[in-house]
Amino acid sequence: MALIEAINPLLSAGWGKGDAGWGIGEYEQRGGYQALKRILTEKIAPEQVIAEIKASVLRGRGGAGFPTGLKWSFMPKGSGEKYVVCNTDEGEPGTFKDRDILRYDPHAVIEGMIIAGYSVGAARGYNYIHGEIFEIYDRFEQALAEARATGYLGGNILGSGFDFELFAHHGWGAYICGEESALLESIEGKKGQPRFKPPFPASFGLYGKPTTINNTETFASIPFVLRIGGEAYLNLGKPNNGGTKLFSVSGHVNKPGNYEVPMGTPFATLLEMAGGMRGGRKLKAVIPGGSSSPVLPANIIMDCTLDYDSIAKAGSMLGSGAVIVMDESVCMVKALDRLSYFYYEESCGQCTPCREGTGWLYKIVHRIEHGQGRAEDLDLLLDVGANICGRTICALGDAAVMPIQGMLRHFRAEFEYHVEHRKCLVPAELQKAGSTFHTRMMAGAPC
Amino acid sequence: MNGQPNMLSQEARARIDREVAKYPTDQKQSAVMAALRIAQEEQGWLSNAAIESVASHLDMPAIAAFEVASFYNMYDLRPIGKYKLTVCTNLPCALSGGVHAAEYLKRKLGIDLNETTPDGKFTLKEGECMGACGDAPVMLVNNVQMRCFMTPDEIDKLLAECK
Amino acid sequence: MLELEIDGKALQVKEGSTVIDAAHQAGIYIPHFCYHKKLSIAANCRMCLVQVEKAPKPLPACATPVTNGMKVFTHSDLAIKAQKGVMEFLLINHPLDCPICDQGGECQLQDLAVGYGSSSSRYQEEKRVVVNKNLGPLISTDMTRCINCTRCVRFTQEIAGEMELGQAFRGDRAEIMPFIEKTVDSELSGNIIDLCPVGALTAKPFRFAARTWELARRKSISPHDGLGGNLVVQVKHDKVLRVLPLENEHLNECWLSDKDRFSYEGLNSPDRLTKPLIKQGGAWKEVEWNQALDYVAHAMRDIVKEHGPDAVGAIVSPHGTLEEMYLAGKLMRGLGSDNIDCRLRQSDFSGRRAGTPWLGMKIAEINKLDRVLVVCSFLRKDHPLIAQRLRQAVKRGAQVSVIHAADEDLLMKLAGKIIAAPSQLPDRLAQITKAVAELKGATCDLSVAVGAEARKIAESLVSGQNAAILLGNLAQQHARASTLNALTQQLAGYLGGRFGFLGEAANSVGGYVAKAVPAGDGLDASRMLTEPRKAYLVIGAEPELDCADGVRATNALTRADSVIVLSPFKSAAALAYADAILPVAPFAETSGSFVNTEGRVQSFQAVNRPLGETRPGWKVLRVLGNLLKLDGFDFASSEAVRDEALGGGAGKPEFAGDLDNIIADVAIDLSPGGGIERVADVPIYFADALVRRAPSLQKTKDAVTPAARMNAATLAKFGVKAGEQLKVSGGGTPATLVAALDVGLPDDCLRLAAGHATTAAVGAMSGAMTVEKA
Ligand SMILES: Cc1cc2nc3c(=O)[nH]c(=O)nc-3n(C[C@H](O)[C@H](O)[C@H](O)COP(=O)(O)O)c2cc1C
Ligand code: SF4
Ligand code: FES
Repeated sequence: MALIEAINPLLSAGWGKGDAGWGIGEYEQRGGYQALKRILTEKIAPEQVIAEIKASVLRGRGGAGFPTGLKWSFMPKGSGEKYVVCNTDEGEPGTFKDRDILRYDPHAVIEGMIIAGYSVGAARGYNYIHGEIFEIYDRFEQALAEARATGYLGGNILGSGFDFELFAHHGWGAYICGEESALLESIEGKKGQPRFKPPFPASFGLYGKPTTINNTETFASIPFVLRIGGEAYLNLGKPNNGGTKLFSVSGHVNKPGNYEVPMGTPFATLLEMAGGMRGGRKLKAVIPGGSSSPVLPANIIMDCTLDYDSIAKAGSMLGSGAVIVMDESVCMVKALDRLSYFYYEESCGQCTPCREGTGWLYKIVHRIEHGQGRAEDLDLLLDVGANICGRTICALGDAAVMPIQGMLRHFRAEFEYHVEHRKCLVPAELQKAGSTFHTRMMAGAPC
Repeated sequence: MNGQPNMLSQEARARIDREVAKYPTDQKQSAVMAALRIAQEEQGWLSNAAIESVASHLDMPAIAAFEVASFYNMYDLRPIGKYKLTVCTNLPCALSGGVHAAEYLKRKLGIDLNETTPDGKFTLKEGECMGACGDAPVMLVNNVQMRCFMTPDEIDKLLAECK
Repeated sequence: MLELEIDGKALQVKEGSTVIDAAHQAGIYIPHFCYHKKLSIAANCRMCLVQVEKAPKPLPACATPVTNGMKVFTHSDLAIKAQKGVMEFLLINHPLDCPICDQGGECQLQDLAVGYGSSSSRYQEEKRVVVNKNLGPLISTDMTRCINCTRCVRFTQEIAGEMELGQAFRGDRAEIMPFIEKTVDSELSGNIIDLCPVGALTAKPFRFAARTWELARRKSISPHDGLGGNLVVQVKHDKVLRVLPLENEHLNECWLSDKDRFSYEGLNSPDRLTKPLIKQGGAWKEVEWNQALDYVAHAMRDIVKEHGPDAVGAIVSPHGTLEEMYLAGKLMRGLGSDNIDCRLRQSDFSGRRAGTPWLGMKIAEINKLDRVLVVCSFLRKDHPLIAQRLRQAVKRGAQVSVIHAADEDLLMKLAGKIIAAPSQLPDRLAQITKAVAELKGATCDLSVAVGAEARKIAESLVSGQNAAILLGNLAQQHARASTLNALTQQLAGYLGGRFGFLGEAANSVGGYVAKAVPAGDGLDASRMLTEPRKAYLVIGAEPELDCADGVRATNALTRADSVIVLSPFKSAAALAYADAILPVAPFAETSGSFVNTEGRVQSFQAVNRPLGETRPGWKVLRVLGNLLKLDGFDFASSEAVRDEALGGGAGKPEFAGDLDNIIADVAIDLSPGGGIERVADVPIYFADALVRRAPSLQKTKDAVTPAARMNAATLAKFGVKAGEQLKVSGGGTPATLVAALDVGLPDDCLRLAAGHATTAAVGAMSGAMTVEKA
């Protein structure tokens, strides 16, 4: 079980019981399905529900931070086939919150999705679950069975005349399926290759029908937002950054795990909650929002608060709230080498700049890491990156470039040292002392 | 027009049909990922014949099923060992010993990544982020079972469990 | 209409246009690879990135819809930088092997690299290598050159109708491939060669034959099916080396069927005659033309003198030119005989026709139909590009139903389907007719019981606005073809829709126009053989393979006193029954005209000189007319022949006159047949003398040796299993064939392909067969 401790646990309230607390009974005891019941029995109009979500300034927890209420309001009114889709394809390195949500609190997501279905007029939903967490997929299937048996799913829910069915669909090893349109393609039984947008899912989504797609944490937050009211939710956080959020803290901390804190909480507080730096070593840098967000050096991140605006101002992104903490034992070239390999490996292969460019970037970084860098390589990385950025079908291209830009912005000297001296600036003993790591391809290189 | 033999068992086909039922009636292809997983579970890996059987069961072109089988990492297009161990070596895991875990396994099993032990028992693979970085090092056993905090002791325990 | 500005040029475009559409309309070229006007938008190559005012990032012109007031810059710094960046990415893994690449000189990547590529490569890593794929006998691959534009994949899915190619794996490991060990077998496969913007897919038969700049390009018209596809024939040293489509939106659009594209290989067949041949004392001798023509003139005159003009008959290939057909008819009538026919595979000529049977509409109008009934057609193989048009119509919501003797996958969704034995098809069509009449509240005197499927089709047909019924080759070749025609006419009447024939051959309509059919009481193709003549003039045809009953044809020809063959090719059969064989030019070596199935008259010139002493057919017939001292044979040009054939006025009309499908005086016969019935298709690459001699096409799956196909119940009836030997006969010599299972056949039917040597001796294309275990 992951370590959980929350300042203001709304989302993770039930997690204390670990694997014992996920069932529908426990969820109802925690106040679960009350929001849904109220909406259905009091026949609260969909527009009113959406207005409440808008008021909460709940921003999408999948990475882009798009206001959820606004997204729902883009769905066409009226009847007709529409879908609600949940994105649990959590594969962004560093992110592991959605797994815990489904593990400890699957009904929160189910309730959130039913409410979404009601609000946008959809009668069917799918939850797309990362292939690697198949046990969680099984659990979600069990939770669905419970919800069906209790009458929360199916035809004429709670006698309201509202029908909603929900199914689980699993991925099978492709990061790109976290991108929403690739995810939809994947549900359709195809390769996960993103679609060109526009049209956006709200007009052309699953099976070509209007679709609302949100992250797991976003859906899981919906019942809480409606229980405490939009304004109260907003006030938990700070203006333009409503509510609390889960942060997945990994890397060189004593207690890696998920921590729920209000938006706007100082980074230092989170670091403290996570037990501080492992082995007492010094904080070197943090990747604040999943591997595709630009790295921030210790001095900058320590001044940030955890919300979309503060991190953006610092030159990075809050993203999915995946905080990767690196201490002084980490060689930044090596870290980037591994990340660049990831984007190269995960490029879907559809559009030219990403298919060809991610491999090129990786090969250059890998060369530098292995002592074969050339003086012109650093500028080449930036220029090749600029030729990818903003020229691709989906944002994976950008995601592959931003870590490089961030690293070269803040740690260029380390890269230059590598090129010049054909070895790490971080001394080998220090690297070894830290619980650090080898580069993925060990073959015959110094370092 | 010719009838085609289908190499999947009755049971596998019944399981696939339960997946098909999750989707609108004219969207059988949506079940292809689950169907390929089920076929892989049953056969150990995805032979061309297995992929073709899945495709014909779902009324989709064989190449479309192959596209899917070759796109997603967890399908095995070649025979593998009885136990496939996939170790996450991505950065967050690596910071907490993911690569060490892979190295340890390589040494213990005497094979490299993407290799199978001569007795056909273990295949070692490197995985990308599994969405469990807080539990690093993590590894997957046969795609479906996640093992967390895999220190050398834990790895030894796991290997002993694999009969 | 939307207004926008591209590179400062103001223009108006239709709602829904993309930026690339607009640019093309303005005559501005935007570089692109994945975009193709007939395929769905993929926007994956990113070559077409342009700058759009207010957009922070460059946008792909192919996928960006025009909005009102938009300002587009295709050559701004931002656009050029983006395009150059993409070009660099495309080239880093592309081999620099232009000098040995078959695409060299016509490669979009090569062309654009000159403008957008940079001269020195910043990419210092190893290049990717991709293993080649075996796509079959027509398409050669060099997959390392592939730029993953997916045009070929989209073509197979969207136009050919069956996904035979895919993009497997991901990232830079992505590869275009068929399913393991499969090839690309579509009858439209060659189009992916044209679509491929680089040299990854090239024509196997053309491989290394020439560099493109060495080729002369000449226009021509395909001599095969009734479409009349427009060709660019490429020639080097008087040899046709390649055929490409000439775009014509009315007909072939930008496509060609593989038959039209690769049959040219037959032009270079070793069977080609180079000198006239005369049989003397049982031995064949090459002779000079004047000697040969003298011989032929004498032979014909002698027969007419001795047995009367009615003793002569002319068997004319419907793939010949209008001019040849017309002169053949004029010659026969000059001799006093009306025995001429080009409808060689037809057997029912009953009823009275008002005019020339034709498609009943323009080919392009097929796309706009919303309800279609296809009667007895092996549609995909007989009319590949018309099938494609229907496929597009279905995608837009049209409902297509079929009634046929074999359940073939048309690769489109069908609204209804009736599969029945050939003898039962008139009854089924009558059921549909009756059901439509009932739905329309019309009186109908057909006494049939309407079945559920017939009603379903009828309901589909009456639910649209623009219905048509298309009669396929099998409907025309059917033993009760006139009944099918008359029923269709009645059905179309109730529906208020159109009906017509999918013309079997390039000049099926032209044959009527040129009067290569009996004009008075002459004998038709069937009677000319059932009532054998003393002499035959065989023009372009191989009657043993091209007639409704090859056995009967061979017998009649063998017994005749004189058989004069005009053909580009020699064959064992002709060498056996003929006494003179004159080498006449195939379509590529003569001028002439074809009138396609929609009645469009298309004239063409020779693309190269005739081989050896081969002569254009119209010239040979003209000289024969002169030698026989017939009037009106002093034509100076093929155009003069054509003008006379088309009714006298100078200049070519766009369409032939007198097109009319109405038939009268038909005795409707709905009686069921019995026994084992033959279902005969004419496989696509066995259909005419030229394509039969095209070696690469003969290596395709469509050209495999015919098997005796039956459904499981019928196979069981004879106690045979698929793969076992079977003895079949239909009046001729029994043939031993391999039995095959075909689940798409009705009970008691034997599907046995025609047009092939192994089945030619079996007997008629329709009727009862005897089957026994061999
Ligand atoms: C390459 C890539 C990977 C992504 N991965 C995820 C993911 O794992 N989970 C997720 O919720 N969103 C992911 N997203 C974002 C989704 O496309 C989408 O914005 C999100 O699911 C919307 O939900 P939200 O509005 O609730 O955040 C990814 C985007 C990109 C470009
Ligand atoms: S950016 Fe990469 S992942 Fe996204 S569509 Fe293009 S190739 Fe695929
Ligand atoms: S032509 Fe527009 S992206 Fe390829």
